Amino acid sequence: MPEQPYEQEGAIAGTGMGGAMDLAVSEAETLEKTPGGPQGTGPQEKPRSLWSDAWRDLWRNPVFIISGLVILFLVVISLWPSLIASQNPLKCDLAKAQQGSQPGHPFGFDGQGCDVYTRVVYGTRVSISVGVCATLGVAILGSVLGGLAGFFGGLGDSFLSRITDIFFAIPVVLGGLVLLSVVTSNTIWPVIGFMVLLGWPQISRIARGSVITIKQNDYVQAARALGASHARLLLRHITPNAVAPVIVVATIALGTYISLEATLSYLGVGLKPPTVSWGIDISSASAYIRNAPHMLLWPAGALAITVLAFIMLGDAVRDALDPKLR
Amino acid sequence: MRGATHAKWAACAAAAALAATACGGGGGGGGGKGSGVVSSSWGDPQNPLEPANTNEVQGGKVLDMIFRGLKRYDSKTGAAEDMLADKIDTTDSQNFTITVNDGWKFSNGEAVTAKSFVDAWNYGASLKNNQKNAYFFGYIEGYDKVHPDTGSQSADTLSGLKVTGTNTFTVRLNQKFSTFPDTLGYVAYAPLPKAFFDDHAAWVQKPIGNGPYMIDSYTKGSQMSLRTWDGYPGDDKAQNDGVDLKVYTDNNTAYTDLLAGNLDLVDDVPASQLKNAKSDLGGRYINTPAGIIQTLAFPFYDKNWDTSGAQKVRQGLSMAINRDQITNTIFQKTRTPASDWTSPVLGTDGGFQDGLCGDSCKYNPSEAKRLIQEGGGLPGGQVKLSYNADTGSHKEWIDAVCNSINNALGNDKACVGNPIGTFADFRNQIGRHKMPGPFRAGWQMDYPLIQNFLQPLYYTNASSNDGKWSNKDFDKLVDEANAETDRAKAVKLFQQAEGVVRDNMAAIPLWYQNGSAGYSERVSNVALNQFSVPVYNEIKVS
Amino acid sequence: MGRYVIRRLLQMIPVFFGATLLIFLMVNVMGDPIAGLCGERQCDPATAAQLRKEFGLDKPVWQQYLTYMGNVFTGDFGTAFNGQKVTELMAASFPVTIRLTIVAILFEIVIGIALGVVTGLRRGRPVDTSVLLLTLVVISVPVFVTGLVLQLLLGVEWGWIKPSVSPEATFGELIVPGLVLASVSLAYVTRLTRTSIAENKRSDYVRTATAKGLPRHRVITRHLLRNSLIPVVTFIGTDIGALMGGAIVTERIFNIHGVGFQLYQGILRQNTQTVVGFVTVLVLVFLVANLLVDLLYAVLDPRIRYA
Repeated sequence: MPEQPYEQEGAIAGTGMGGAMDLAVSEAETLEKTPGGPQGTGPQEKPRSLWSDAWRDLWRNPVFIISGLVILFLVVISLWPSLIASQNPLKCDLAKAQQGSQPGHPFGFDGQGCDVYTRVVYGTRVSISVGVCATLGVAILGSVLGGLAGFFGGLGDSFLSRITDIFFAIPVVLGGLVLLSVVTSNTIWPVIGFMVLLGWPQISRIARGSVITIKQNDYVQAARALGASHARLLLRHITPNAVAPVIVVATIALGTYISLEATLSYLGVGLKPPTVSWGIDISSASAYIRNAPHMLLWPAGALAITVLAFIMLGDAVRDALDPKLR
Repeated sequence: MRGATHAKWAACAAAAALAATACGGGGGGGGGKGSGVVSSSWGDPQNPLEPANTNEVQGGKVLDMIFRGLKRYDSKTGAAEDMLADKIDTTDSQNFTITVNDGWKFSNGEAVTAKSFVDAWNYGASLKNNQKNAYFFGYIEGYDKVHPDTGSQSADTLSGLKVTGTNTFTVRLNQKFSTFPDTLGYVAYAPLPKAFFDDHAAWVQKPIGNGPYMIDSYTKGSQMSLRTWDGYPGDDKAQNDGVDLKVYTDNNTAYTDLLAGNLDLVDDVPASQLKNAKSDLGGRYINTPAGIIQTLAFPFYDKNWDTSGAQKVRQGLSMAINRDQITNTIFQKTRTPASDWTSPVLGTDGGFQDGLCGDSCKYNPSEAKRLIQEGGGLPGGQVKLSYNADTGSHKEWIDAVCNSINNALGNDKACVGNPIGTFADFRNQIGRHKMPGPFRAGWQMDYPLIQNFLQPLYYTNASSNDGKWSNKDFDKLVDEANAETDRAKAVKLFQQAEGVVRDNMAAIPLWYQNGSAGYSERVSNVALNQFSVPVYNEIKVS
Repeated sequence: MGRYVIRRLLQMIPVFFGATLLIFLMVNVMGDPIAGLCGERQCDPATAAQLRKEFGLDKPVWQQYLTYMGNVFTGDFGTAFNGQKVTELMAASFPVTIRLTIVAILFEIVIGIALGVVTGLRRGRPVDTSVLLLTLVVISVPVFVTGLVLQLLLGVEWGWIKPSVSPEATFGELIVPGLVLASVSLAYVTRLTRTSIAENKRSDYVRTATAKGLPRHRVITRHLLRNSLIPVVTFIGTDIGALMGGAIVTERIFNIHGVGFQLYQGILRQNTQTVVGFVTVLVLVFLVANLLVDLLYAVLDPRIRYA
């Protein structure tokens, strides 16, 4: 049997990011491991067919359309929250603390007497930004490092593999507690930075495995024999085919990053005021779960819907990219 | 209860099915059914359980049960009353002769003598023993030799302590300190048995003291079982069979456990549960004043806060805080708006002065706005209120204070909370003078004296003067007050010193904190003392 | 096989040191822990200096790390700031967390695989769609919210369970916390099994078995399940390490005094010795679990040969 692209690592499902993250990694690995998966068949003759097929599939998939619309809506809201919320999320009147729904304030008030509806709407921006930025960072850093390591192999590859192992071995929540407890900035960047720092090995591992598989394909060998440069091989032949599992994982991971932000807030090391985020609101509401469940319900509901939308989108993309399931 | 029993059966069955284990132990949580043991919420102590090394409430709870000192503060009035002390004599407020009562023993049978105290105090003061409360012995002569600020110590024992008989010893202070005897109820002054020095490691594993309880078992990080010591010679024998202290990471869980009948006593009801505490617990909820005051301190080392106008800004900020609304809404009246810098538990005779702060502590948004403008506006256009986010309900009230300031000033960015992840880091940043603005300052008294509310907090370079405020008039008045042998006159002088604090608004007083506790139907006669610690030995179990 | 194991063991060495060094540096970045030990006051400088010396904090970081690792190899994991030996804390907390992990893994195996098989066999049917939707909901709600809601409903409102776990932490008490801890992985095992079953259902060997006239349950248990479970088993195996280290949130909600609790306390108090000690053990567990899983993988799938 030829060299297994995932010799040891392939069998190791990502465990670094705690429960939720595993989902993304291992599902993509099944995809990657599937004999004759997206990289294995077809694409060498007509590289665009996988994508155009997938694209056609997606447009016929109601799950994709619904989750896409939800995400589109969320993005619009996060760019222009004042479209649907006219009040100021930082304007709070303690006299109204914990009050329930009333005219003009459909979701009621939180423990500080802030309007829950307004805060949920304004919180969208932060949650989406955290999710998108962290995912972009993780995807770029992870696929560049993993792709290069997979392509060139050798010492650099071994070194990178050990580094990813190290990061996998450290539980994410633990890393967050340690690293973020010293942060004083009240912007969203430290949280994003932390997610990228501890999240890139997952993508890196997937990109590496994917590149190693493709590298052995005939069309790559042929191009190499014809004297194609490393850069040309990587950019023209390998990247377009290796990127599919990365996209799938990244989409699903996006949802889990949003969820992780809330967990970090619950542990007291998440985003800081005056940032308005679902995580902050959920964690402060969690203590009031008996007295005023509405404070928890709305931001947690918004968060769940967002995460759900991204995971479903990722699911749909994976199904579309996996010819075996057609 | 039928439902619960049923579920427990189901749980056991499921457990057996899952892992083929017997449903062992079965609870154990309620502190043993039918027995007279009280189960109570606890936090993992931060330091080893040595008397001179424990400076926080959780470790203090244990020491309070297993030790009795020369004095003991009355759980209701807070007055320092003789416990092991037969008499403490002085003629000049500097030399004291202390006589220890006969007949006291440690729970291992060893007699408590004058030597037990002198050895304990020498141990506590000595630098090499790393005792965090060493500074309590700082008034005793020879402290500078035993515990120099830098370099190594040149003596092992305090020259001011002398054993003069089996039951008598003398103390010589390095300055006049008229209320010194009243401080002796603090746990750092507890006596220690020989076992402590002979086998220190074993003692720390399972401390031995002379109080009404003995430590029965201690599972590190989760539970300590204390049982009544039958041979306890004091009058305040325990009314129950023992106390099980259970560690909780989150006091919300402790409260939930209390509601579920899984715990007998929660001595710190979280702010978020207060709204329902009365209806949840009926009469089993107590809310009594304690010697704790919350203030906002200022970084006087920061030039922005040390300008001539800054005093007006501080005053304005104080007036922008709606203390009534916050204490009513967030704290459900378990805090009382502060109007001086001490605590009502001192009593008027002890130096508490209601309304000393005057208008500066009353909510007045328009005046607040005017004062802040006059004072040159907020430094940097925004105040950042720093606090540690890991414990307590600090986030809730800091956010409320900020919202109050923002609303008063009509600017939703005027004030913002600055949570710091851990208490250690919070203290570290304070110590390194890194506070970007006002910060949370809570003070829990060590002993019920007005001196304890002023000197450690506002005296130049005092140990808890975190803002590094310094005022010659204040220092002078405190020195005079300490030297004053007449108690009433001393209190007057301290109050004058407090007036200096007020005139400069050295810190913004927020509220006096009450102790709040809830307890189960199994127990009765539950009370909190003025340190907001439950009076365990008086609790009765039905 | 033997050479492969040796190679893997050798690879573990740099990973082990790297991970411990990383966590050591991270805890060190948190700054001076001594300041937090003196309550709401400044530690007096002499005592603070003395304490730093005792805990070795006055030395440069690399030296602290070397000393620490040197001690670890002699079995000395150091002392927490409150004078408790880290090994004692481990002895008290690891059994609890191991029990919790066992409960969680059992949930993953029993419920996760059962649901996965049912949905995989009935792909596209209502039962499949609803279970799939349910797993998505479980995944998208943060674990602490699930935990708090379950605790409130089962523990307080309905009184079915105790809201918190006693220090003994028996299996019976750990059922609900274990379910909460397992919830996300559980949802994931379901999906993984479903995908795998659905793929293999159409494979030639299943068709052959069916064509031979084997009874349906035999085809499923003997042929389909055995082959479909390979990725699931490897996932569950590697999940062990993650569950043990990821229990911080669950243990906090249900007041379980396990590894997560000790880590949380250790971090709040910036107690390098506790945090690094516990993480060292967790890293070891993780590495060994991964190795075992990979070996198991080879056993289950004869097509894979390690050289």
